[in-house]
Amino acid sequence: MQPAFSVLFLTTLIGVGQGMLVALVAGQWYYVIGSGEAWESDAFYAKGAAIALVFLAAGLLASFFHLANPQRAWRTATRWRTSWLSREVVVLPAVMGLAVIWAGVHWFEVKPVLLTFSNEKSLDLTMAVGFLAAGASIVLYVVTAMIYACVRFIREWASGWTVTNFMLMGLASGFTAAAAYAALSGSRLTDFLVAGAIGLTALAGVARAAHLWRNLHLAPPSTLRAAIGVRFEPIRQITPGFGGPSFNTTEFSVHGGAGSIRGLTWDFFLLAFLLPVLLLAAGGLSGEGPFTVFAFVLQLLGLIVERWVFFAQGRHVQNLYYQAQG
Amino acid sequence: MSKQLALVIDLNVCVGCHACVTSCKEWNTSGWAGPLPDTNPYGAQPSGVFFNRVQTFECGTFPRTETIHFPKSCLHCVDAPCVPVCPTGASYKREEDGIVLVDYDKCIGCKYCSWSCPYGAREFDEIQGVMKKCTLCIDRIYDTSLPPERRKPACVLACPAGARLFGDVNDTESEASRAIIDNAGYQLMPEWGTNPANHYLPRRKIKMTLHKDELVRADNPLKVEGELPKPHFNAPSIDEMSSW
Repeated sequence: MQPAFSVLFLTTLIGVGQGMLVALVAGQWYYVIGSGEAWESDAFYAKGAAIALVFLAAGLLASFFHLANPQRAWRTATRWRTSWLSREVVVLPAVMGLAVIWAGVHWFEVKPVLLTFSNEKSLDLTMAVGFLAAGASIVLYVVTAMIYACVRFIREWASGWTVTNFMLMGLASGFTAAAAYAALSGSRLTDFLVAGAIGLTALAGVARAAHLWRNLHLAPPSTLRAAIGVRFEPIRQITPGFGGPSFNTTEFSVHGGAGSIRGLTWDFFLLAFLLPVLLLAAGGLSGEGPFTVFAFVLQLLGLIVERWVFFAQGRHVQNLYYQAQG
Repeated sequence: MSKQLALVIDLNVCVGCHACVTSCKEWNTSGWAGPLPDTNPYGAQPSGVFFNRVQTFECGTFPRTETIHFPKSCLHCVDAPCVPVCPTGASYKREEDGIVLVDYDKCIGCKYCSWSCPYGAREFDEIQGVMKKCTLCIDRIYDTSLPPERRKPACVLACPAGARLFGDVNDTESEASRAIIDNAGYQLMPEWGTNPANHYLPRRKIKMTLHKDELVRADNPLKVEGELPKPHFNAPSIDEMSSW
């Protein structure tokens, strides 16, 4: 498939935003359930949520560049009963809205206690809204990934691995972003977030490798014999019926092909997983903030490359009809 | 069963002349579904929107080969996978006749429907920014100002070989249904469960067995053309009844 840069930026940037929300909520929860006296200021969470919102908004903005008629974008929220794409359009603003509320209740310190448990721990409003925002973020990972995983005509995508990887890579980059933010603002949460980022990045790398391994062994879904219904084999296309390019030859294939995919696969494993883990570990051990910031920049770049490869690797069934050029 | 309009394409008859392609383009670029714009039409790499293409395949190994011309357009699937994925409802299937259409006023041009079509039947119009596809000439087939025999898709009317039939494939009495039943009409890639409405009629090998006495006219032993000699009433004959 032809990767569209608007979609690459959309899926990676909102992944960072969602992951950052989950990371900060996890950090807040870590202190709530932790027995120590340590805590983090409300302003820290509010500013962190604002940074996450910037990523979510940037992703949303990028998505508009994918639409040929963005003035009708409001219509995309109408078919949520059947279309995962429509569901994403519903859930993304919901996540953004919850992030705004979460930042708001922290900033203005609106924290009435909602529930008190038998172990004297309590659930206040900021934590409750945080859980909602984090839950919505997780739902959004599933929804975004299902847009691709439900396209059964592209076997490379039609897999549970697509959902697993969108979620793990998003969480990994979000935790790295949160770790960089915490390190720069000198937060006591830094170690927790760095540890989370290292674990999730390593896990995401392993899961992505598993997805690649699965895609190496895919049987062709259909044959030319079924595509045109002729039993006299071998069948060879002489002409697709036109001499120049068409939508069906440009949208469903990628310039560079297998060579670019192979090279960029190594690149993104290095950029998105290996180097960030090393840099995060260096940052965690040395306590130097810039290491984690550098880790995040490399990881985001690596994930954009990863998303390019994900799209380029998708081989659509319709290509059976467009094997001969000109 | 409800009405399902569709095309039936006879691969045994198609000669690959592309008359259906050009008539489709001509009709639809100037009508309700148009325009079907071209980019760089007179350049080295012309590109454009077509609802119908004729592809050519070669089957077998030389010298035992066969050329197959394969017209391909939207198959108006009964379980069209392109419809539920549309986020705006622009891609829809008409309940009254099963035609799959795109509402250009609702389409946002996200191209997601084209990803959900295994047949590559949809083509994106870069200029208008909407997805386009075969409409079965919906602006012809219901046009009561046309004489009834002309209320057919442009491609069907244009085909000089009569390789294209149009009708309700759920009505077993229709010409299209009869052709499918009589000639073992089939669907493309049924394994995807799309249940395409358009059907194709297979290549049919037509063999004629000739016996020796059919090669030489038994009643013209002298191989002289002209008025036949009138044999005697009792002379031996082919049917062993009478030479008269």
